[in-house]
Amino acid sequence: MLLSLAGATVRFGGRAVLDAVDLDVAEHEVVCVLGPSGSGKSTLLRAVAGLQPLDAGRVTLDGRDQAGVPAHRREVGLMFQDHQLFPQRDVAGNVAFGPRMRGASRDEQRERVRELLELVGLPGAARRSVAALSGGEQQRVALARALAARPRLLMLDEPLGQLDRSLRERLVVELRELFGRLGTTVLAVTHDQGEAFALADRVVVMRDGRIAQSGTPLEVWQRPADAFVARFLGFDNVAEATVAGQAADTPWGKVPVPEDAPQGARTLLVRPAGVRLVPADAGLRCTVAARTFRGTHVAVHLQPEDAPRLEAACALRAAPEVGDTVGVEFDAAEIVVLG
Amino acid sequence: MTGSGRRSGNAARLGLMAVPVVFFAVFFAYPVAAIVARGLEVDGDWQFGRIGDVLAQPDVRHVLWFTTWQALASTALTLLAALPGAYVFARLDFPGKQVLRAVVTVPFVLPTVVVGTAFLALVGRGGLLDELWGVRLDTTVWAILLAHVFFNYAVVVRTVGGLWSQLDPRQEEAARMLGASRLTAWRQVTLPALAPAVAAAALMVFLFTFTSFGVVQILGGPTFSTLEVEIYRQTSQVFDLSTAAVLTLIQFAAVAAVLAVHAWTVRRRETALRLVDASVTARRPRGAGQWALLAGVLVTVAVLLVLPLAVLVQRSLDAPGFGYYRALTREDGGTFLVPPIDAIGNSLQYAVAATAVAVVIGGLAATALTRRDAGRFVRGFDALLMLPLGVSAVTVGFGFLIALDEPPLDLRSSWILVPLAQALVGVPFVVRTMLPVLRAVDARLREAAAVLGASPWRVWREVDLPMVRRALLIAAGFAFAVSLGEFGATVFIARPDSPTLPVAVARLLGRPGEMNYGQAMALSTILMVVCAVALVVLERLRTDRTGEF
Repeated sequence: MLLSLAGATVRFGGRAVLDAVDLDVAEHEVVCVLGPSGSGKSTLLRAVAGLQPLDAGRVTLDGRDQAGVPAHRREVGLMFQDHQLFPQRDVAGNVAFGPRMRGASRDEQRERVRELLELVGLPGAARRSVAALSGGEQQRVALARALAARPRLLMLDEPLGQLDRSLRERLVVELRELFGRLGTTVLAVTHDQGEAFALADRVVVMRDGRIAQSGTPLEVWQRPADAFVARFLGFDNVAEATVAGQAADTPWGKVPVPEDAPQGARTLLVRPAGVRLVPADAGLRCTVAARTFRGTHVAVHLQPEDAPRLEAACALRAAPEVGDTVGVEFDAAEIVVLG
Repeated sequence: MTGSGRRSGNAARLGLMAVPVVFFAVFFAYPVAAIVARGLEVDGDWQFGRIGDVLAQPDVRHVLWFTTWQALASTALTLLAALPGAYVFARLDFPGKQVLRAVVTVPFVLPTVVVGTAFLALVGRGGLLDELWGVRLDTTVWAILLAHVFFNYAVVVRTVGGLWSQLDPRQEEAARMLGASRLTAWRQVTLPALAPAVAAAALMVFLFTFTSFGVVQILGGPTFSTLEVEIYRQTSQVFDLSTAAVLTLIQFAAVAAVLAVHAWTVRRRETALRLVDASVTARRPRGAGQWALLAGVLVTVAVLLVLPLAVLVQRSLDAPGFGYYRALTREDGGTFLVPPIDAIGNSLQYAVAATAVAVVIGGLAATALTRRDAGRFVRGFDALLMLPLGVSAVTVGFGFLIALDEPPLDLRSSWILVPLAQALVGVPFVVRTMLPVLRAVDARLREAAAVLGASPWRVWREVDLPMVRRALLIAAGFAFAVSLGEFGATVFIARPDSPTLPVAVARLLGRPGEMNYGQAMALSTILMVVCAVALVVLERLRTDRTGEF
């Protein structure tokens, strides 16, 4: 393993911001830590970088314990959320910073700057002032700067957080290609699931300083570990249920579940695609509270008489109007019994 | 890794602090303690009862009361007069700004005795106001207060204006967009950001005026006397060392109390500010308000700062054919062992050495104090650094004489003694000027450099230094100016054959006769010009490098 954390713990005051975290990142792997703000994901990066001392546990890089190794000797790269480009240096000065710190000659530095600016798609920007760069350009320079030092592990803190959506979507693809081509080992953190799923070989979901789930994007998406992960991924149809055989008792009434579902008191997730609209006199009676256009489909928010709201995904043509009364049936294939 | 990162951080900090701590212990605490001991220790017994005796005297209480209220009044007046100036220098761009910036700094570096004399010439008997309108202020406290404003205008303009020019104007614009009026935006956004700098400036002004010596000595007459003047009187005229020691302790305690309050308030206000390149924040004045403000500041500077200096220059030219100036180059055998003009070279040499010492010591201290996780010990250190401003310079100078004259530290005959004493006063300036800017550097910028492989020393050089270069130069300018003008301590320790400018001026003023008075004015004018030139060079140096910011 290139990076491993064992029982890594950081406390601020009495509160554990990082609570006995175990995490391994293999060489050439792209791992994305996903979590809401305050879940400890930035602290995780800072602990690996050596910017935040651990209160307990260990960080090992290439099998070597990093205890007592200061940040500047760890040879990891960290791209900060707001880039933190050095305002008093131009683009080349920023990119050359890492090689210069590691004693590269002037020619090497110049060559490295040229190479990396080419790589991130900003050839010829070397002499520009960083203050004059757009958000996307700053992000590219920050990436070039982090890569120029040839880090063993590249860490990205909310790498695309401040960019506009189309740029973000384009850059995610670029980054993914770039990391694949360079074979870079990457540990990124983000609160944006789309970004995490698009970028990562493996996604790690964090909650309150602990790891809530770890798996491939597909695994995490298909089988969220618990109600927290499900809700964080944007699924709102989550409820307590009692599973018996192929049916579950829920606030929405009897709901069919897949054959191999675990039995007993469980948390149930109904994907929006599993909420089927039927005429009002059939199934669970609901009022349409709101509808939002999602491009490929319409999300319809349904209010049953005395149960939590349900979200349904409808084709555009079939979507009811706000205020309509509809019936709801459930599709067992789109229902997940959690944990 | 458990905790070791913190430990090594502490070790580094202690290392940085060691040099300033040793410096202050040897060249400040030890001499002051020695002189206090000389006054209060009789045959190995400490006479602490003297403290009560001295405090019980109505005279002493009167001095204490006057010292306090005139310092408060002077501080308030200075802030009132100088804050608009800080704004104008920070945010407005106008021709002649550089020169004007140097002009407002000149009063600060003038020897106190010269300022006292210049104000006497302005508002005293037979002075300019007396001649024109029959107005005299030298018998009132106003003369002292005005002289204090004259002196400390630059402290506020430089300390507050330095930070103000680097505040991001967009913060204020954001507040405007949220519905705040121009004034409200300033009050809610800019003022809180400036608060630490304003507090630092106010504290400095208070300390200077609380320990004011030369100005009060000359303008106070028999009615008004500060603690410092009283200490000087007791030390050098009454030779009552024990009363002087008690007064030194009282002044020390008062200053320590003020500093403690300051440390407490500053701690609660530390924030990371958005700093931007100062050269992009200044604009040409727009609208009647800004023009009126600029005009107001120019008038204030003209009346309050330039007029007394003009009177000074005019008096120095009173003799035909630059008579007073030509007299300076002659040995007269009595007042000096050398021509008074030699004092210029001495002063410059001492000031350069003192500035180097102050910048190194103050820079190390400020860097050590920058860490956000500073513990109580470090905060105590912060306050400690300010103490030399509050301790009687007379006491320090006299302490140097009696404490540093025997092995292992016999510096009595060494020229370094004078710069060391002057650097003591310069260090607090360096620390106060650099600290707000150092603290405002985003910590993550340092982290970004560390992750890219920069050692802590490289981080400082690559990230902090370029950002604080401006502050460092301002600090160096301050330290240089302070040592050029330092009088209270230097007068005790400068050797008779190598006087500094202020010492030479005081010697000339102490002798009767028009010729000596005129020479004093001429020498003061030269000192003023030397300071002005030094400051203009510094300003020039600064603009040459703004390209890097």
